[in-house]
Amino acid sequence: MAFARNQWYVAAYGSEVGRDLLARTVLGEPLVLYRTGAGEAVALADRCVHRRFPLSESRLDGDTIVCGYHGFTYDQTGACVFVPGQQRIPRTARVTSFPVVEQDSFIWVWIGDRDRADPAAIPRAPWLVDPRYAVVRGMAPLNARYGLLVDNLLDLSHETYLHGGYIGTPEVANTPITTEVDEDRGIVYVSRHMDDAQCPPFYARSTGIQGRITRWQDIEYHPPCLYLLHSRIAPQGVYPPAEGEDREAFHAEIVYAITPSTEHTTYDFWAVARDFAIDDESVSEYLHHSNHTVVMQDVTALNILEQVIATEPDRYQELSINIDTGGLAARRLLARMVGSGTVGAAR
Amino acid sequence: MSSPAGMLTGDRVYRIHWMPGTDTLRGTCHCGAERLAEDPVELWEWLLAHPQGHQDVAVPPPDPPRRLVMRA
Repeated sequence: MAFARNQWYVAAYGSEVGRDLLARTVLGEPLVLYRTGAGEAVALADRCVHRRFPLSESRLDGDTIVCGYHGFTYDQTGACVFVPGQQRIPRTARVTSFPVVEQDSFIWVWIGDRDRADPAAIPRAPWLVDPRYAVVRGMAPLNARYGLLVDNLLDLSHETYLHGGYIGTPEVANTPITTEVDEDRGIVYVSRHMDDAQCPPFYARSTGIQGRITRWQDIEYHPPCLYLLHSRIAPQGVYPPAEGEDREAFHAEIVYAITPSTEHTTYDFWAVARDFAIDDESVSEYLHHSNHTVVMQDVTALNILEQVIATEPDRYQELSINIDTGGLAARRLLARMVGSGTVGAAR
Repeated sequence: MSSPAGMLTGDRVYRIHWMPGTDTLRGTCHCGAERLAEDPVELWEWLLAHPQGHQDVAVPPPDPPRRLVMRA
């Protein structure tokens, strides 16, 4: 599986990057991440140019990394500033530094052509740092290719079957979707508006709603990495006013960052931001536990699926039906970004 | 149940509505051409072939609803 290299990807939460060295692999590139004394996040290639020792297994000295094997020392630009036992620093003694942007609680990195890295192109998830929202989050490593997670998240009908008792109810799989693609901006939007639905435990316990609900799921996928699910929950029959704020409803902004690590592994960053009960720690604990459980249900299923795909004969023919309309659109945009796909529907 | 209207407003938006109460998908191109289908792969291929085949915007009659989706 090829990667879309000239794109921004989430390598970590900002809270994970500090004065310890953090190893992450993005698009097959081993990275070491840390924060300078001034607070700037840094991403360097995680291999000493000398004998490949992982810099993430080394130590920080001020803002430099001292290789734990022979002492080659690199500054935050990746330039080698010290080699052992001699005065001359070889001209090629440098590790690659990768463009980094810290935004919306994420550390975004750019692995592709450096001169094409435009921070303004990074899609936003502002709820994750908005004081009017409470956020729970996590990251689950996935032993499956990233495309399987994209398929999973673009078709939420699986909630009914894989996540019953948490977020799934019969209405999710039974409700028709509207799918849109903005060809110029490269966005997929999938709407599923349930007028009269059971309230799953995930929302019943967190909102306190008793009885049936009007439940809207609006997916906004910014391929390749950022997935937003705008979730609106309200007592059945309560709709947004024509003007003004939607005060009668509960809103959860569910954010995923889907980062390919290797061809067959993926980082599944997940966060749930809510605009209700924001000071209630018990709700935070409940939503964290529930969403973690849901994510791990996906991880288990997708890890199985990866093994199935890895051992199947070539040219296995999938069957796509109406629920897959959004996933098909996402696959096509991803194929276009990778550059290996021709313009046309992905199958 | 409500069928959400389009959310994206760009100049080149492709849209597929799954018509409530049916298995039918209605594809709408940014040029205004429409087509009904029951296979999303076929419908995406038609949409993305724009402008090929999009001059004739006549919409074939839909199949009658084959099932009710769910109780209201």
